[in-house]
Amino acid sequence: MSGTLIVGASQSGIQMAASLREAGDEEPITLVGAEPHPPYQRPPLSKAFLAGKADLASLAFRTEAFYAEQKIDLVLGEQVVRLAPGLATTHSGRSLPFDRLALTVGARPRRLGVPGADLDGVHYLRDLDDALRLRGRLGAARHVVVVGGGFIGLEAAAVARSAGKSVTVVEAADRLIPRSVAPVVSEFYRRAHQRRGSDVRLGVGVTALTGEHGQVRAVELSDGTRVPADLVLAGVGIVPRTELAEQLGLHCAGGIVVDEFARTSEPDVVAAGDCTVAPHPRTRDGLVRLESVQNAIGQAKVAAATLLGRREPYSAVPWFWSDQYDLKLQIAGLSGGHDEHVLRGDPEAEKFSVLYYRGGSLIAVDAVNSTADYLTVRKVLDRGGEISPEQARDNEVPLKRLVSPPA
Amino acid sequence: MPKIVYVATDGSQRVVDAVAGESVMMAATRHGVPGIVAECGGNASCATCHVYVRPESLPLVGEPNDTEEDLLDLAVTERREGSRLGCQIEMTEELDGLTVDIPPVQP
Ligand SMILES: Cc1cc2nc3c(=O)[nH]c(=O)nc-3n(C[C@H](O)[C@H](O)[C@H](O)COP(=O)(O)OP(=O)(O)OC[C@H]3O[C@@H](n4cnc5c(N)ncnc54)[C@H](O)[C@@H]3O)c2cc1C
Ligand code: FES
Repeated sequence: MSGTLIVGASQSGIQMAASLREAGDEEPITLVGAEPHPPYQRPPLSKAFLAGKADLASLAFRTEAFYAEQKIDLVLGEQVVRLAPGLATTHSGRSLPFDRLALTVGARPRRLGVPGADLDGVHYLRDLDDALRLRGRLGAARHVVVVGGGFIGLEAAAVARSAGKSVTVVEAADRLIPRSVAPVVSEFYRRAHQRRGSDVRLGVGVTALTGEHGQVRAVELSDGTRVPADLVLAGVGIVPRTELAEQLGLHCAGGIVVDEFARTSEPDVVAAGDCTVAPHPRTRDGLVRLESVQNAIGQAKVAAATLLGRREPYSAVPWFWSDQYDLKLQIAGLSGGHDEHVLRGDPEAEKFSVLYYRGGSLIAVDAVNSTADYLTVRKVLDRGGEISPEQARDNEVPLKRLVSPPA
Repeated sequence: MPKIVYVATDGSQRVVDAVAGESVMMAATRHGVPGIVAECGGNASCATCHVYVRPESLPLVGEPNDTEEDLLDLAVTERREGSRLGCQIEMTEELDGLTVDIPPVQP
C-alpha cells in the first residue's frame, strides 16, 4: 500500500492529514510541501509577525514530534512537478507513489503587470519567505505604497503606518475590499485608514513603477500623479495553482473545480483550500472561491471523509476575520447577492455591524469590534432561526435577544 | 517549562511541555492534543479552543475579557464554571501543572 499523498503542506494539507488519522486511517500518509519551512500559519504574516510581535516558532502548526507520532511522512522542500496516475515526481527527481491523491496546493500572488514591476523594493506577501523579506525592508523604509486595497494590503498598511511610515494605499476599484464587503464597510475602512494618517486613493490604477539604480522610487498612477515610494507591496489577488490538476486532466475554472464532497472531476482525487472553486456552501449556486482558513480547514475535513469512503457534504457557514490596527473585523456568511442591509451601531465610533438580507432572510454579517453580533448571526446561520430586519435596526437591544427560533 | 495536563472526556490525560508565553491553545495544537481545534489560530473568533479550567487553578488564570465572555456565552456548547478559551490563557512558570478538561465537542 502506498497510501495517501497530499500535495501542499499548509493549512489544508495539515488538516487533511490530521483528520485522516483522527478518523482512524492507518494507511501511510505522505505530506509533501515545496517550502523548506515546517508548516506554519499564514494569517499572522500580514499582522503580528510583520509587526515583529510574533516570532517564527509561534507560527508552527505542530511540533516536529507530532508528525512522527502520527506517522505522517512530512517531505519538505520538494515541489511536485509531475503527476501521473499513482505516481508523483518532485523537482529533485524523487518519486512518490500513491493510492489516493489530495491536492492542497493553494495559490500564488498575482504579479503586477506594469513596467518597473521587477525593481528592487517591490514585494508580495503570500509565504513566510515573502514576509521575512518584507519585514526586513520595512524598518528602513520611509514611503510605503500598497497597491491593492484588499485585506492583505490593508493589514500590511496598518502595520507600516503604526511603525511611523508614510503610507499610500492605491485601489483601482472605487472602494476598498470591493470583493468581500458592502460599500458601507468599504467606506468605514477608507475613513479609518485616513484617520490614522494613511493616504487612500480610490479609482486609480498603477501605470508604472520608476526607480534609480534598480531600486523603486515612485509609483505612477493613471490619473497622472506620482507617489514617492521606497517600498511597494502589491496585494492584487491570488492565482490558484492548477498546473498539476491540469496535468491529470481535471476540470479547472479559475481553480480546481470540486463538488460539495471535495471531489474533483476525477472522483478518486480530492482537492481543498485556496486552490479550489466549489458550489456556494449554502445555496449550491455557481462556483465560489473562498480564500480563508475556515474554508481550508472545513474542506479538508470533508475531503478526508471522502477519502475514507464517507460522504459528508460541505455546508459550513463561511467565516473570516481581519485585524487592522485595533479594528477587529469578523465576517460570517457570504453577503454577495444581498438586496437589503441593516446597520447596527456607529461606524464613526468604530463599533458596528452590518447584517445582510436576501429576500428577507439573513445571509451574512460584517462586524467591526462587535463580536457578539458576529457570533449571533453565525449561530443563526448555523442552526436556523431568523432576525427580522426591522428588529435588527434596534441597536438598544442585544442582537441575541432578537433571534426568533427556527420555524 | 510549565506543564499542562489536558484531560479528555474519557478521563485519559495528556501532559504537554509548554513554552512560557504561549497559550494553552497553542501548546495543545502544536502537540496535536485531540479536541482543541483552534480554527482561528488564537484570534478570539472561533471558540473551538474551549477548555474547562479546574477550580484549583481558576484564581491563577484570571478572568475572561469582554470578547471572550461573548464567545463563551454564544459559541461554546456547554458553558460551565471554569469555561475559558485556551487561546486567551497565557502560560507562565506559575501555571506549571495547570489542568484543564476538554469538552466532548467543539462547535
Ligand atoms: C498574508 C496572509 C494573511 C491572511 N490572513 C487571513 C486571515 O486573517 N483570515 C483568514 O481566514 N485567512 C487569511 N489568509 C488566507 C489563508 O491563509 C489561506 O486561505 C490558507 O492558507 C489556505 O490554505 P491552503 O492550504 O489551501 O493553501 P496555502 O496556505 O497557500 O498552501 C499551499 C501550499 O502548497 C505548497 N505547494 C504548492 N504547489 C506545490 C507543489 N507542486 N508541490 C509541493 N508543494 C506545493 C505551497 O508551497 C504552499 O505551502 C491569509 C493569507 C495570507 C497570505
Ligand atoms: S483559537 Fe479561536 S477563539 Fe481561541
